[in-house]
Amino acid sequence: MNQNLQITAARPDPALLDLPWHLPLTNWPDDVLAALPRGISRHVVRFVRLSGRVLAVKEIGETVAYREYELLRRLNRLDVPSVVPVGVITGRRDANGERLEAVLVTEHLQFSLPYRALFSQSLRPDTATRLIDALAVLLVRLHLVGFYWGDVSLSNTLFRRDAETFSAYLVDAETGDLHRELTPGQRNYDIDLARTNIIGELFDLAAGEMLDHEVDEIGIGDALVARYNELWGALTGAESFSANDRWRVDARIGALNRLGFDVGELEITTDIDGTTVRIQPKVVDAGHHSNRLFRLTGLDVQENQARRLLNDLDAYAAATGRQNDGEQLVAHDWLRKVFEPTIAAVPRELRRKLEPAQLFHEVLDHRWFASEKAERDIPMTEAVTSYVEDVLRHRPDEKALLGLKPGETPPEDDPESDYFHLGT
Amino acid sequence: MATVTFDKATRIYPGTERPAVDALDLHIEDGEFLVLVGPSGCGKSTSLRMLAGLEDVNGGAILIGDRDVTDVQPKDRDIAMVFQNYALYPHMSVADNMGFALKIAGTPKAEIRQRVEEAAKILDLTEYLDRKPKALSGGQRQRVAMGRAIVRQPQVFLMDEPLSNLDAKLRVQTRTQIASLQRRLGVTTVYVTHDQTEALTMGDRIAVLSGGILQQVGTPREMYDKPANVFVAGFIGSPAMNIGHFDVKDGRAQVGGASIVLERAVADGITAADGGKVTLGFRPEALDVVSSGSEGAFDVDVTLVEELGSDAFVYGSLKNGGDLHAGDTNQVIVRIDPKAVPDKGDTISVTIKPESTHAFSASTGERLG
Repeated sequence: MNQNLQITAARPDPALLDLPWHLPLTNWPDDVLAALPRGISRHVVRFVRLSGRVLAVKEIGETVAYREYELLRRLNRLDVPSVVPVGVITGRRDANGERLEAVLVTEHLQFSLPYRALFSQSLRPDTATRLIDALAVLLVRLHLVGFYWGDVSLSNTLFRRDAETFSAYLVDAETGDLHRELTPGQRNYDIDLARTNIIGELFDLAAGEMLDHEVDEIGIGDALVARYNELWGALTGAESFSANDRWRVDARIGALNRLGFDVGELEITTDIDGTTVRIQPKVVDAGHHSNRLFRLTGLDVQENQARRLLNDLDAYAAATGRQNDGEQLVAHDWLRKVFEPTIAAVPRELRRKLEPAQLFHEVLDHRWFASEKAERDIPMTEAVTSYVEDVLRHRPDEKALLGLKPGETPPEDDPESDYFHLGT
Repeated sequence: MATVTFDKATRIYPGTERPAVDALDLHIEDGEFLVLVGPSGCGKSTSLRMLAGLEDVNGGAILIGDRDVTDVQPKDRDIAMVFQNYALYPHMSVADNMGFALKIAGTPKAEIRQRVEEAAKILDLTEYLDRKPKALSGGQRQRVAMGRAIVRQPQVFLMDEPLSNLDAKLRVQTRTQIASLQRRLGVTTVYVTHDQTEALTMGDRIAVLSGGILQQVGTPREMYDKPANVFVAGFIGSPAMNIGHFDVKDGRAQVGGASIVLERAVADGITAADGGKVTLGFRPEALDVVSSGSEGAFDVDVTLVEELGSDAFVYGSLKNGGDLHAGDTNQVIVRIDPKAVPDKGDTISVTIKPESTHAFSASTGERLG
């Protein structure tokens, strides 16, 4: 075949060249594909295993591919939760010399779960609410850095377990734009579209009998709008109070920390006679707890996992009477004596079921319930053993979802029914 | 349905001095298909987003009908961004895929069905309404996406480069479909593209923007036959118009070896600021190949011949110097008889067909005469 491939990538992996670029994605053989549940997409998307990673390959017009690649790179630099772009490949031709679409390659997010997979597992009934909360946080974070998404939906998002909640990641930036700052019109349009898309996606799940009859689709869509507005207000809203109530400055910062945000810049103004103070956060950065945990231990985990781990670290400091020791030293000991042994106690073959921090979180939960049941304080070593045998062993493998073998398709549908794209 | 008016509408991004859209004055008639076209960064998408409510308007106003919507939220403007979201839901019927936004808005079931059926009729989708998207062809799926916008019965459709992620073949098909559908629906439509061919084939009128400034608005024919300035002349038409700067002596422009008489109105329009020069343009099809030495002929050295079956084009350079070139190429382009094609390396003599020269001020770029 006469191809003149052009690969644009920050760190090109030579193994990329081994993939069958001369075939349209729809015809890629099963042996190169990784079986992953697919979202609803307007393009053909396939997952492949390569050099120990799973990559998502999307066929898309050349200019759009380069644009999205660049945008994802910028979002990564801004530290926004989004998929990592690998590269753009152009110049594909089939055996007859016919031109094939360009592709955008992104790294599949390990341990991530598309919403359809979450709904098709029998999860707790409040799953939808927790997904919506995660999406609201993501949307706020994107808007804070000036990103207008243009097509917010559950399908364009991936979810990762984050302690008892979820974290959301942007997957598709095709319609997005980075601005210095968003106008209220842009934000409102994004939210309105998110609401419409989410309700549509839930209607679709209901039509496919994958959604509990109790679920109120429109209510969930409305909840996103409410959650978003609540969070946006808390993060960016101005408040005024009497100059005597200066404690409210600290209270505001504390409230933002509890929401998981650090205040990078707070504007404080007083009126002429100095009786009223007005404060408004100007720069807020996500990741208050995950940043702190990272500084103390080098563990790079998600926000609520970090919150949980930090609580355990505090409990460890209290239990060992070391509240007055250097935080860094205590953290180091906790890592060595508590966190690492717990993870090491999980048999290697079961570790790919969940991320280490998520495993730790679940062991902590398990220990709490087990202690309550046994009416005694169960030590960590005992808790791990019973967690592994009673819980983890029966869980699906979530590192690269969902335990389907390459070529195997989800039972409810044939592979094509999950995405509709132009150009078929 | 409604008119759309940009009344000196201006958008200045924070931290920039030059407006992204500078005092745009544009009136779009009820039911009209208007295309905003221009190169990347010209302000066309910003203009559309101002109309959609996605960009602040820093000066002037925007009206839909008689209503000033400058400060109205996007969802309250009664507009539809078409093709913004065209992923179809696999488990829902075609009818539900088209009508779900109405269901969210609480529209009564009977009315939803009625509006969906009306839209389906226009879109030739009636027989598919109760089937799943899986049963549809690619083109039909796109029409369902269009149907989503239609059932909402908005006053204005907005489309921002809707064909940019389609392959070339489907792009041409869809172009025709959108244009004919818009005419059947009669809904005022503002369409943004960077592709002048798309603009010429689809729009009732075209507005060309450059550097945030409206250059010209008119029918495709007007834009082609009477470009208002050098920018529009070079932008509209494919292959592009040949344009060059030439010395003027005694009312005649010196083009290669030829001396071309300028129309009186053109000659009179040349000012001191032009420094004795004029900018002339002529389209590839406005040139006739003649025998060497003919009156008013100049010579072109052939560097490439492009044969397209029904047409053939010579790419070459103007003999005896001069900066004549077409678009962003550095070549002169001449359309020639495909039955009498010269060889690479040959020299051909050409003359300009009568009344086919476009003249512009060398200093301002504005059309003369």
